[in-house]
Amino acid sequence: MWLPSYATPGERAGRIAVLVFVVAVLAFLVAPLFVVVPLSFSNDPFFTFPVPKYSMRWYEDFFAGNRWTDGVLNSFLTASLTTVLATVLGTMASLGITRPDFPWRKPVMALLISPMIVPIVIVAVGGYLFFGRLGLTNTRLGLVLAHTALAVPFVVITVTATLSTYDANLTRAAQSLGATPLVVFFRVTLPSILPGVASGAVFAFATSFDEVVVALFLTGAEQRTLPVQMFSGIRDQINPTIMAAASMLLVFSTALFLAVGWLSNRSRAAK
Amino acid sequence: MNLVHQTPINTTPPDLVRFEGVRKSYDGIHFVVDDLNLSVRKGEFLTMLGPSGSGKTTTLMMLGGFERPTLGHILLDGRPVERLPPEKRNIGFVFQNYALFPHMTVAENIAFPLQCRKITGAAAETKVKAALERVQLGAFGNRKPVQLSGGQQQRVALARALVFEPSLVLMDEPLGALDKQLREHMQVEIKHLQQSLGITMVYVTHDQSEALTMSDRIAVFHDGRIQQLDGPRRLYDCPSNRFVAGFIGESNLVDGLIDGFEGGEAIVRAPDGAVLRAPAVEGAKAGMKVTVLIRPERMAVHNADGPERQNIVRGLIREIFFLGDHLRLSIAALGLDELLVRIPAAQGEGLVANAEVELAFAISDARILTA
Repeated sequence: MWLPSYATPGERAGRIAVLVFVVAVLAFLVAPLFVVVPLSFSNDPFFTFPVPKYSMRWYEDFFAGNRWTDGVLNSFLTASLTTVLATVLGTMASLGITRPDFPWRKPVMALLISPMIVPIVIVAVGGYLFFGRLGLTNTRLGLVLAHTALAVPFVVITVTATLSTYDANLTRAAQSLGATPLVVFFRVTLPSILPGVASGAVFAFATSFDEVVVALFLTGAEQRTLPVQMFSGIRDQINPTIMAAASMLLVFSTALFLAVGWLSNRSRAAK
Repeated sequence: MNLVHQTPINTTPPDLVRFEGVRKSYDGIHFVVDDLNLSVRKGEFLTMLGPSGSGKTTTLMMLGGFERPTLGHILLDGRPVERLPPEKRNIGFVFQNYALFPHMTVAENIAFPLQCRKITGAAAETKVKAALERVQLGAFGNRKPVQLSGGQQQRVALARALVFEPSLVLMDEPLGALDKQLREHMQVEIKHLQQSLGITMVYVTHDQSEALTMSDRIAVFHDGRIQQLDGPRRLYDCPSNRFVAGFIGESNLVDGLIDGFEGGEAIVRAPDGAVLRAPAVEGAKAGMKVTVLIRPERMAVHNADGPERQNIVRGLIREIFFLGDHLRLSIAALGLDELLVRIPAAQGEGLVANAEVELAFAISDARILTA
């Protein structure tokens, strides 16, 4: 962090410039949070800053009606189903792809990752038109399937990365000791790659939980998720309840990513 | 005379393992293992020895079921097993990197093959305990593999591969990662285990001294083929070709031309004009280019009058290396720049570099190689 005592004045100036730049970037990124969180505790129905008087009224409003809480429940349900589906499919795909005799590895990998790269609106419109024909629009199943496609790349990437450090001799050893392929997977491979699978699952959950565009296209009133609710909240009626929702989401996302950090630390410590 | 009468043929039990014309290719052009025919007898310790890329590990992997032969058959107890998955072969396998399951304790690792065979409870516990005692790790059952040293981990791997009483145990350079002292100790330990349990072992190594120490028979691999299959003693004394002679032990390989024969001895002319006598071998003819193998420890400096008639050659000492109990001399002789001679340190007194010296060795210690 700090320069050695023999640094030239030029180096010192450069280092100071970098520091100023970094602090500025961080400040711009974080600053909105320092507005949103206090605003959620404001008493005022308009967004006035600094906050004139603090209160919990928007949190009370959030939990009072079904409008928001239904959104929260829908989001949790959708994200949980997506997580299970994406984790199972993504882990299986990773296991297949990393086999030494797997043909066309690169094209298949590209295909699996593509939902991450394709603009989200295209996925949403495509999903809307395709699912419309199958009668999957305005259904939970449709939303979960679309979110699964978006979440699988995260699982594939984390699990393949973990598998690259997995010792194939462990599989061979288990086989030679009499384990069938299923036993090998559940008793030897899965415990070894579990940190990767778990952080993939967290990413999958976060992907679905935050997702708004595809959800806007594919959901009806029944499956309306929290992000959709917030989005329409901004459009229709400006109301500080959205600040309360945003603040709670912020806390939740932070917790999720702390969990990922903890998982990756643990897997590194296990090595 | 009744020609139909036949003596009962082949009363010896069938070999445990047989490779019949096995070939393996990954690219369809180059054969990593080429026309392999090899039998492993019940209860024997057979080592596959060779440099890296000689096909020995591929052969072991095919026997373990992790690779499939491109052509040919592998028979286990008389049954073809090319299409049998590893978990159905009942073969113990010990890997170079131990391959212990890191998330299980030592005892859980050893109980794993028992669980796969539906042996649980007290019966399993007894077996695990006995297996740990056998490798002198009785107190380590609750440790995780990372808490053990390399040698201890190797012992656990060994116990795990033996606990389900397999008919055959395969080992792929299991001591490669250990230091020299521990390696030598483990060699003896593995050999004792193999003998006391009466198991058949197939062992892969590139370390010739390890192979000589442990094996009943050694198959020397080179370029995907077995160069020679023999006991350690015979392999050392009577190598069948230049490769085996060079790979097993230290050797001096002298080019020569057979001048003629005299009383069961061949007379060979070395490139420098010196004439050697060596026991005649099958296939050697007058005028033939051959290689003469002379082991460094079979030669003496000065003419020590032995009971046997000797070959005597002159050479120039290039360098002398002191190794405690013995000396290594590098001598220019017989057309070689560095003819190695190993003599007991006590016999080396008065030897100096750049001096002429007379070397003597028994005629029977010169071996003609025609290939």
